[in-house]
Amino acid sequence: MTLASTHTVLPNGPRLIGRISDFLWKHPHVLLAVLLGPPVLWLGVIYLGSLFALLLQSFFSIDDFSGLINYEFTLATYRQLLSDANFDIIVRTVLMAATVTLFSALIAFPIAYYAARYAKGKWKAVFYLGVMLPLWSSYLVKIYAWKLILAKEGILTWAFTKLNLLWLLDGWLSLPIIGGNSLSVSYTGTFLVFVYVWMPFMILPIQAALERVPANLIEASSDLGGNPGQTFRHVLFPLALPGIVAGSIFTFSLTLGDYIIPQIVGSSRLFIGQAVYAQQGTAGNIPLAAAFTVVPIVIMGLYLWMAKRMGAFDAL
Amino acid sequence: MRSDRSSSAPLGLKIAAIGGLAFLHIPILLIFLYAFTTEEKSYQFPPPGLTLQWFAVTWNRPDVWAALALSVKVATIATAIALVLGTLCAAAVSQTRFFGRETISLLVILPIALPGIITGIALRSAFSMADIPFSFWTIVLGHATFCIVVVYNNAVARFRRVSGSLIEASMDLGADGFQTFRHVILPNIGTALLAGGMLAFALSFDEVIVTTFTGGQQSTLPIWMLEELIRPRQRPVTNVVAMVVMLVTFLPILAAYYLTRDGDQIAGAGK
Repeated sequence: MTLASTHTVLPNGPRLIGRISDFLWKHPHVLLAVLLGPPVLWLGVIYLGSLFALLLQSFFSIDDFSGLINYEFTLATYRQLLSDANFDIIVRTVLMAATVTLFSALIAFPIAYYAARYAKGKWKAVFYLGVMLPLWSSYLVKIYAWKLILAKEGILTWAFTKLNLLWLLDGWLSLPIIGGNSLSVSYTGTFLVFVYVWMPFMILPIQAALERVPANLIEASSDLGGNPGQTFRHVLFPLALPGIVAGSIFTFSLTLGDYIIPQIVGSSRLFIGQAVYAQQGTAGNIPLAAAFTVVPIVIMGLYLWMAKRMGAFDAL
Repeated sequence: MRSDRSSSAPLGLKIAAIGGLAFLHIPILLIFLYAFTTEEKSYQFPPPGLTLQWFAVTWNRPDVWAALALSVKVATIATAIALVLGTLCAAAVSQTRFFGRETISLLVILPIALPGIITGIALRSAFSMADIPFSFWTIVLGHATFCIVVVYNNAVARFRRVSGSLIEASMDLGADGFQTFRHVILPNIGTALLAGGMLAFALSFDEVIVTTFTGGQQSTLPIWMLEELIRPRQRPVTNVVAMVVMLVTFLPILAAYYLTRDGDQIAGAGK
């Protein structure tokens, strides 16, 4: 019996290693410290440290004449942040993020529902990859693709011309605010690219939530006389809501902080991300840039707190 | 007992789902088409003609090659760092119970939960406060920070499924902690780590927002691409690069999918 087991049991390692191992086994707290130490140091010192240093700077101000940072505690920068022009930027960005989130949910829901309930076997894989590939493929290439699509000589104008609907496109572009000279310099264009780039992040959490809805619950609802609309409103939607909220964390947060999409496709009116970029770069006003970054942090903090209360984290 | 009735979807749902997927994929197909267009000055559709000449032109561009090499180098090192830190963190969170576990999960997720511009500008102002010059390593530092979460997520999911009795059995058979890790834990979490690593690589390879803040004069491939997007100089070359980037990022995603697909069938998970 001992003969048989000598081959299945590995020889013990060198003694020192064995003793380290024994020590860690007897002192689980030390093991925990060894495991957690490096990642917590990295994230805690490098990441949180820089984040904290940045936030601290928002309580400094910039001297209007010399352009140097005045290292004294003040709320002047925050007063500047809430001035009309800057407040407009915040409102514009939040409205855009909310609209993008709403439309992302509308487009994502049928995909997620189909994938969760009807796609079987091979189709399940097709749907999964069909969502994952666009989600993970290059952010800039996706924006570039939309530059090709929205260009005046691009495919969209071509399609509208072929369908004899060019008047519709022109009519849309002549609308105030959402229109513009062409789609690639209008809010509509910015909105389309935002939805395209961030919508895939909405699909998987909704799908995860819907997959936990037992099929017989839907059948029970229709057995009890609920029509499809009622079943959706009273059974499916409430159960999918945590998933939608989880997905909206991504679409909302990502839209809130993006500065590349509105820079490449959009009008010249700024979003929060662009304002941060401009303040820290050309304007050299780090305190105001820092104050601007506080806005998404506070909004996302509130949002995450709300999402947690709705149980959205279980759907991630 | 008529539950098979529900096996076919309502037509409206089918159309909405397929339409949604088409919305996601048509722009990507266009990228492939435009790589072959003969048009140089505009984004004309349909392309006036198709050609392969821009592949040769792109092949002979040293700036594209330099940017590609830098991107691969950064992504490799950032992934290696993220693999170590992410696995350690996942092991601690899933194998032990301690005060503040929730906080650790939050700390790991924070770099991607907050908009990239915040991570970028925070790191930039910290570097300039500490008088660290922008270099290759500052880019790596930024990338590793947000790559940790990808590895962590994959590893944590797998760790939860590794049965505790397997580890105890290994210990009972006389293996020490390191041997257990090498021969029992690692084979079980290996594919999850590989998948996490590939996704981290794809994430870093594609990152542009943090890189614009933490990079100095060097330009990674996304930075090169961004400059072309803001000031288009050579559209045909950009078209080809866009297509190649698309293909390059597809591979790790497909590989990661196939590696984690059978994740349920781990040894000891049947119980």
